[in-house]
Amino acid sequence: MPKKEHIKKVLIIGSGPIQIGQGAEFDFSGSQACRAMREEGVKVVLINSNPATIQTDPEMADTIYIEPIRADVITKIIDKEKPDGVLSGMGGQTGLNMTAELAEKGALKNVEILGTPLEAIYKGEDREKFRNLMLEIGEPVPNSTILTSLSQVDDAIKAIGLPAVVRPAYTLGGAGGGIARTREELLRTVELGLARSRIHQVLIEESVLGWKEIEFEVMRDSADTCIIICGMENVDPMGIHTGESVVVAPILTLRDDEFQMLRSAAIKIIRALDVQGGCNVQFAYHDGNYRVIEVNPRVSRSSALASKATGYPIARVAAKIAIGLRLDEITNTVTGCTPASFEPSIDYIVVKVPRWPFDKFKGADRTLSTAMKSTGEVMAIGRTVEEAFMKAKRSLDTDIQLHTSHSEIRMILSRPTDERFHCLFDAFRQNFTLEEIAQLTSITPFFLEKIRNIVNMEKRLADGACSIEDFNSARRYGFSNTEIAQISGKNIREIEAVTAAPSYKVVDTCAAEFPANTPYFYSTYETDCEIVPTKSKKVLILGSGPIRIGQGIEFDYCTVHAVQALREEEGIEVHIVNNNPETVSTDFDTSDRLFFEPMQLEDIVNILKTDNYFGVMVQFGGQNAVNLAVPIENEIKRLGLFTKILGTSPDAMDIAEDRDRFSVLLKKLNIPCPTNSSAYSEGEAKAMAEQIGYPVLVRPSYVLGGRAMEIVHDERDLETYMKEAVRVSKNHPVLIDSYLQNAIELDVDAVCDGHDVLIGGIMEHIEQAGIHSGDSACVIPTQSLTPAVVDMVRDYARRLALGLGVIGLVNFQLAVKDNIVYVLEANPRASRTVPFVSKATGIPVAKIAAKVMVGRKLRDLGYKEREIEHIAVKEVLLPFNKLAGVDTMLGPEMKSTGEVMGIDYDFGLAFYKACISADNELPLKGSIFISVNMQQKGEVIPIARQLRDLGLVLYGTEGTVDYLSEAGIEAHLIRKVQEGSPNVLDMMRHGEIRLIINTPQDRQSRQDHYQIMRAAVDFSIPYITTLQAARAAALAIDAIKREKMTLEPISHYLK
Amino acid sequence: MKAVLGLEDGQFVVGEGFGVEGECSGELVFNTLMTGYMEALSDPSYYGQILMFTFPTIGNYGVDVQNMQSQNIKARGIICREICDAPDVKPTIRQYFEQKKLLGICGVDTRSLTIKTRVKGTLRSALVVGSEDGEYAVKLAKKAPSISDCDPIPEVSCKAPYRIPGKGKRIAIIDLGLKTNMITSLSRRKGDLYIFPHNAVPEDIFAIEPDCLFITNGPGDPKRAVQTIDTVKKCIGELPLFGICMGNQIAALALGGDTFKLKFGHRGANQPVRYHDGRIFITTQNHGFAVNGDSLPEGCEVTFVNANDKTVEGFENEDLKINCVQFHPEAHAGPMDTECHYFDGLFRRIS
Repeated sequence: MPKKEHIKKVLIIGSGPIQIGQGAEFDFSGSQACRAMREEGVKVVLINSNPATIQTDPEMADTIYIEPIRADVITKIIDKEKPDGVLSGMGGQTGLNMTAELAEKGALKNVEILGTPLEAIYKGEDREKFRNLMLEIGEPVPNSTILTSLSQVDDAIKAIGLPAVVRPAYTLGGAGGGIARTREELLRTVELGLARSRIHQVLIEESVLGWKEIEFEVMRDSADTCIIICGMENVDPMGIHTGESVVVAPILTLRDDEFQMLRSAAIKIIRALDVQGGCNVQFAYHDGNYRVIEVNPRVSRSSALASKATGYPIARVAAKIAIGLRLDEITNTVTGCTPASFEPSIDYIVVKVPRWPFDKFKGADRTLSTAMKSTGEVMAIGRTVEEAFMKAKRSLDTDIQLHTSHSEIRMILSRPTDERFHCLFDAFRQNFTLEEIAQLTSITPFFLEKIRNIVNMEKRLADGACSIEDFNSARRYGFSNTEIAQISGKNIREIEAVTAAPSYKVVDTCAAEFPANTPYFYSTYETDCEIVPTKSKKVLILGSGPIRIGQGIEFDYCTVHAVQALREEEGIEVHIVNNNPETVSTDFDTSDRLFFEPMQLEDIVNILKTDNYFGVMVQFGGQNAVNLAVPIENEIKRLGLFTKILGTSPDAMDIAEDRDRFSVLLKKLNIPCPTNSSAYSEGEAKAMAEQIGYPVLVRPSYVLGGRAMEIVHDERDLETYMKEAVRVSKNHPVLIDSYLQNAIELDVDAVCDGHDVLIGGIMEHIEQAGIHSGDSACVIPTQSLTPAVVDMVRDYARRLALGLGVIGLVNFQLAVKDNIVYVLEANPRASRTVPFVSKATGIPVAKIAAKVMVGRKLRDLGYKEREIEHIAVKEVLLPFNKLAGVDTMLGPEMKSTGEVMGIDYDFGLAFYKACISADNELPLKGSIFISVNMQQKGEVIPIARQLRDLGLVLYGTEGTVDYLSEAGIEAHLIRKVQEGSPNVLDMMRHGEIRLIINTPQDRQSRQDHYQIMRAAVDFSIPYITTLQAARAAALAIDAIKREKMTLEPISHYLK
Repeated sequence: MKAVLGLEDGQFVVGEGFGVEGECSGELVFNTLMTGYMEALSDPSYYGQILMFTFPTIGNYGVDVQNMQSQNIKARGIICREICDAPDVKPTIRQYFEQKKLLGICGVDTRSLTIKTRVKGTLRSALVVGSEDGEYAVKLAKKAPSISDCDPIPEVSCKAPYRIPGKGKRIAIIDLGLKTNMITSLSRRKGDLYIFPHNAVPEDIFAIEPDCLFITNGPGDPKRAVQTIDTVKKCIGELPLFGICMGNQIAALALGGDTFKLKFGHRGANQPVRYHDGRIFITTQNHGFAVNGDSLPEGCEVTFVNANDKTVEGFENEDLKINCVQFHPEAHAGPMDTECHYFDGLFRRIS
């Protein structure tokens, strides 16, 4: 069938900010879809609120809106753009839900839903409809019952029994769901689930705990051709969300007859759903029986993984199918000579391991269950399961805590946490039997055997009496030379001398049956290496690895921009190394060569040894990549390679990181900074803090996303902190800064070529200094600084960039207090604000930086700092609704997972848009609860007055109400939590409070505060925790009541 | 235990041996399936060949004897990247190879051998288990006869006719090395099956008054099956004719058509075939020879083509009631997508 000729313009709905359960995979699939559509001559209108996405780049779609993903907004865009179709399945659950909502509201009358039909959205998400469909087509589902109220819980227990699984309808990543073992647990989970579900519905289900969890990625076209792209098997059996599980591809422990039974069922299901495009089907399997667990009628995290695991571009093909093309009419771009209508066969093993944020959230409940908690994942490829396991562990780049206590190991194995995968190794190290581990974990013995093999190899290496053959066997099991050296106690050079170099193999979708030109490689230890050295000038760019808090999609965005920029340069071949399967940077056609590899020093140097590299770029991959600059440079020297670290020299990076060297430079340039020093011991730290004066800001050097950074108010707090911090990083000192209270904080992103400096953007933070810049909302252009101060900022940025010797990107953090500008930090690398700056100003700073790093001059590139008339606000998304037990207060430690942008011609409107996009909808009427501490009461009065004048009803507890009344602002009294019911929590539970303004409290009210914030998160009530944000919110509510939001594509602002 | 694989072009590869000491030679062929190694190894079409799996791990779910496609392993030897155990499934493939005195080599770069086969075409090879003598293995490989000079069918075909009774249609089957699952698919539809050896004469077949004739898969060059071709020729027009894999080729040859040797064959469970109505099916395939579509006489319509290389995957002659496919609708290993399509179609055509 030819393509649908009447579809000339398509709307694609993005997935919004990165959050737990909805990550970078939708930028990857949305970008592929945009490209695929435009290849077919279809115009693309894209809407996404997330500026840190490649899909919102000007060259990706014909018309791009960075606007809130909300039905009223999209309806207006549809009226304006008049698309012929909407591609429903590219923006994750957000995209699907929005499509359904638009259809329900009648906004799609003249718009064809492409890909996933409306009915399939309902059948995939509405538990009852899904169940009925499965029963209709004879596919088994777990026994279950649907609840719409708490009172039905006891009946449910009677019907289903315990333990039971709770699944709320219409939520992301299973949020609000879980496994309940007792009646009390069930009550609690159901209550939460009902609150979270868009349609107030949860499903209680027969537990298939311990069954194998199997997934299929299925594709179907308009001719009803169905193919399976990839089967995947969860190492962690049923009971743990697939996003939280270690997953292998292909399926390894099913016989062919079992595999085919499930495969046939998956095809039957996609047919019944009538999906044209991609679909994910999940099964539980045990001993000849199976249950259909879940269907995602869209591209997903799993489809991104399947794409990277096989090389098959699922989203690209799904988009083409959606506009009518048949699978056999689409070319498999990997081979270039066969059609897309085949099933990939792979000749390696893929392992995915999630990355959890618990290093950031000490208080969080680390138990893994059917709700997602991880922020990202790594993928590793090897020729054996052992090799893939080892490479995945290396890719994770986390500190793994060893467990030796048998009872502790038993506990972790039977009640899984993020530590379980690593703990399996510990169990074998402690000589647990395979049978015992299998019994504790229900993990299929095949996988345990593989882990036992690795541990046995470890033991053999530790024994000392190893032959050369043993070392090489260890290499084939995926051990790096560094690991072998560590375990065997030998010098790494000795090991290197006797072990073989890695060979690189191609990911080609077809197990070498057809020639492939994909430049997608992984390392292994075999006879033949498939890399053909080239004569061109090659640059290797280090990616940013798994998405974690503090190192998010922003760095992938920068990596991709660097690649794009260099590909424009004549004669340069650009290579990427990365291990994150969710991202655009690991799409096989983003770069000239892709290495899917761990990113430890040895892995990188191995790549450099394969071919004659001109240079390495470490600036774009975030702190992890930057930390490798000096070690890579040392290795390059030792090996006598010609490769250079491109851009800012590792020494200049060291100046920026080394407080002492940095202070000397600032002094020389006559640029002020807060008093600071470095301490290597607790005693030293105390003395210095005393000298600087409390409060002080303390943190370890070489930080990632403000890890373990804290504001310390007295010596006792400092003592506690030192124990923590020194453990975090023992090789580097602790930095102590004077803390500038109530200062305005700024971020500046700039590019320097050694002669000139281009200021990309100066951002003013909305929250005060002391809240991590990654968590603070910020605005371009600055709102409260005088032109003289802004000029001073520019001047400092220029001189400092030149003084440091920056070549490429640099980010400065500054604070302004009493018209004095202080430089807090200089980071000569890509920062997380780069995408925001690029979108707000239209200056692609990362691209410019990449060009500068290969020798181009700013002068010749023709970019200038831009004066903009519009206002762009960046707001962040916090993960508290996904993580139970986490303190919701913002501080110097970064906590947010993603960002959104609001853009308009008025600050209030832009801030309003940003708040909506960050799921923090500011109310235009109704009740607001205000609670601030004593010191802030003076400041809150004008804000409260403005909110009252805007028609909002104020509520507060005793102190606040008294205070406001004295100032002539009427406010209603409500009980504190500890004063008994009815109190503020009851009002919240009943949905009577529309916004909470609650700033950090003194010690006594902490408990109250904590409970209120937790309830706000659990019942999805918008909240604000700083006065600055409250002030901005009042401005926003005021603005939206007075004026209409501007709805224009981003190109309109950047004209 | 070491083992060595020699190729006719002089290359040899040393790896770990498993099974027992010994030697064998034959064509080196690769299969890209990711599950179903026991089904493949026991598929009689591999008789005389050394089978290499592109999937790097073999043995991951143990030995599933119940899914084997004949009584024993038919491939002469097996080459894989890694042989491994599933600790909870007995026997392991390693144990099975020892018990059954089979020959295997692992720990070799199978991907590099696959690429070589793809580039050079199928090579003759020899596997010597218990030795590292590459020169010897190469010599052995060079001595191995070409597949078109061998007659493997008599080795795998049944020796005498037998019957698997069913209540439905009577089907005469010429066994050229049948896979168990063809029988299962026909029996499941209540076929009353009469199985004849490869050298059955038309009189034997006509004697049972069958509703149709069905030709199975089998090893080697179809042109060597002279007697079967002759029998089939005499049945055409008299009986509806069906065939799978070599059955497809025999039917073409019996009609006066031609077959040719593919460069390295189609072996895997992911092969797309395009039906004449435009639909694509994913199929299991195992063939080194293919029917030349242009050689088919008038009245024959090519029903299926391979979507990858456009070779003939099935043809039909309505007047003569011939309906054959080159792929394996009975699957095992592989997708069941065409099982109903083909076998239901077969029964529909004869009822």
